[in-house]
Amino acid sequence: MRREHPLSAPYVAQFTEARATLPGHGLAWLSGLRDKAIERFSSLDFPTPKVEEWKFTNLAPLTKTVFGPGPAKADEDAGDAVQGFLMEETPCHLLVFVDGRYRPRLSALGDLPAGAEVTTLAAALKARPDMLESHLSGGTDIGEKPFVALNTAFMADGAVLTLEPGVALERPVHFLYMASAHEAPVVTHPRTLVLAGRGSAATVLESYIGTGSQTYWTNAVTDVVVDEGAALKHYRLQAEGAKAFHIAATEVRLARDSRYESFVLAVGGRLARNEIAAALNGTNIDCRLSGAYLARDRQHIDNTTFIDHAQPESHSRQVYKGVLDGKAHAVFQGKIVVRPQAQKTDAHQLNKNLLLSETSRVDTKPELEIHADDVKCSHGASVGELDAEALFYMRARGIDARHARNLLIEAFVGETFEHISFPPVRAHLERMASSWLPSRHQGGAP
Amino acid sequence: MSPGTETETPDVAKKTPLLEIKDLHVKVEGKNILCGIDLTVKAGEVHAVMGPNGSGKSTLAHVLAGREGYEVIKGGVRFAGSDLLDMAPEERAREGLFLAFQYPVEIPGVGGMNFLKSALNVVRKHRGLPELDAMDFLTLAREKMRLLEIDEKLIQRAVNVGFSGGEKKRNEVFQMAMLEPKLAVLDETDSGLDIDALKTVANGVNSMRSPDRAIILITHYQRLLDYVVPDKVHVLAHGRIAKSGGRKLALELEKKGYGAFGQSDASVAA
Repeated sequence: MRREHPLSAPYVAQFTEARATLPGHGLAWLSGLRDKAIERFSSLDFPTPKVEEWKFTNLAPLTKTVFGPGPAKADEDAGDAVQGFLMEETPCHLLVFVDGRYRPRLSALGDLPAGAEVTTLAAALKARPDMLESHLSGGTDIGEKPFVALNTAFMADGAVLTLEPGVALERPVHFLYMASAHEAPVVTHPRTLVLAGRGSAATVLESYIGTGSQTYWTNAVTDVVVDEGAALKHYRLQAEGAKAFHIAATEVRLARDSRYESFVLAVGGRLARNEIAAALNGTNIDCRLSGAYLARDRQHIDNTTFIDHAQPESHSRQVYKGVLDGKAHAVFQGKIVVRPQAQKTDAHQLNKNLLLSETSRVDTKPELEIHADDVKCSHGASVGELDAEALFYMRARGIDARHARNLLIEAFVGETFEHISFPPVRAHLERMASSWLPSRHQGGAP
Repeated sequence: MSPGTETETPDVAKKTPLLEIKDLHVKVEGKNILCGIDLTVKAGEVHAVMGPNGSGKSTLAHVLAGREGYEVIKGGVRFAGSDLLDMAPEERAREGLFLAFQYPVEIPGVGGMNFLKSALNVVRKHRGLPELDAMDFLTLAREKMRLLEIDEKLIQRAVNVGFSGGEKKRNEVFQMAMLEPKLAVLDETDSGLDIDALKTVANGVNSMRSPDRAIILITHYQRLLDYVVPDKVHVLAHGRIAKSGGRKLALELEKKGYGAFGQSDASVAA
């Protein structure tokens, strides 16, 4: 399977060069982990469509460019671009990273209650390397995911949230990763870590944004641990620049009686993949994943989920909806595994797509692997167009065609936002989604 | 208004026509459905267009409103002095044409109030009137809802979603009352209504009668005409207006059926 000239080679070379300067170089466990990771990436290489998990997302456009490490000097103008992506009316604990580096002047940590800590990976590697050791190395085992391995080899900074048992954060935490404008193609490997201790509760928003037209690559990994009885609301905005590549993996480990609510809004990027793997390692877990993706032009947006019901009596729900225009291509792959001992599992999955053009395309692939006999599992997928009858009805009342279309699109995706149970984030993401609409169908059909 | 009242309004005959259909031929999916319709409607008039199923009644309504898929192969339609067929559906609505749908469309996720407020403000703007804010809109809507005995909760839902058949029809007439068109075309608004709902709808339609407005009632049955008394009655058969007359024509049809017009679908009485 290995290519004669591995596409991973330039990155292996970059790693060899950077190895001694990567954060935490003095930590033997970390250096060992990075070495193992780059080796794994080297052997897995960039997956081809022959690899089942990447069947519908062809990475050829990504492999055409060799991306280098970020600029040594931070962009001082990035602050303005960040403004449009903040939840202005909701006080947050805000951490801003520009081109993968923490920017304290753009951040606002605010006052945190005792037992809650918001920090950066670089700082935590200095202050609390032991805590990271148990969650970074054991947490995301390098496994078979090439880009998780690549991130692990290079990870330099990112946001870290830790909650001691019983701590409830009132304000949401906002981790914002911004790509600034620079000419050379750059890759960053942001690594986010959320550790919610027993009975704790928090709301986290991760934003990945870029406003320029430069080519860059965000290779993000987020590790999430939700301990017994804890509740985490975890939201994500992917609004990368038009020529950006965004490959993200979120690894979630849930303990018994925990609740995890995830919502992903994906509107950006030239090619984007958002993968969430949730391991339900206890009973009575409530895991809800939902999302909306809006794509046009030649955008490719992939949402891949994996839910592993490892123990009995847990629930999972998935609702993903997409709207595609132009020559956009979306992928939804949702795999649910119910292990033999996971009796009384209740798992549901729904994926709906709205195609606005004849040239847009969606591949939707549900996959249920059930090894227990007393379970409730279902999945559904649909691909449709705008309802011509509804359009005519609205136009017959005086509403112009474009407005009528937008109302129907908003109605279609609007439903998914109901799954965001934290109202300020819901309003924020709805605003981000509706800004996708007005430029539609410029000069198109009446 | 008691059943059977004859109304003639000779003074309106002098006015210029609001709607002028001339020799209209329309094809749908390759089939000739309308084969030379001539119809002139003046402001202030109420016309009934009757006919059996398949005679072209609904096609006429849809062509006037601008639905896609209807091919006009001959003839023309002028509305308030302009070429109606040149206009997009939304332009027709803004110019004052209203179609009450035979099958109102359910639109999940689009709130009824917002939908109607958007529509009303677009139409008002087109007429040079100031847009209504939420409060003024609600005041007006409540007044019209009372008239049509519509529960406010109903139109706070998504458009037509979960409405009964009768509620959908009343909602159409409610929208008409809100939008105050110059010409309202009611496509079988009476079908499927029980007698109480029919009276409510008729009451709403009668409240819209005005010297500046014309109404076309498209119906299979003459029952509605007991409550909304037309100035003129036309019988449509095989895509043509086979006969025109006054109120009495509808009563004649009730007795004799459409058989005389060569269509077998004979029943006129509900």
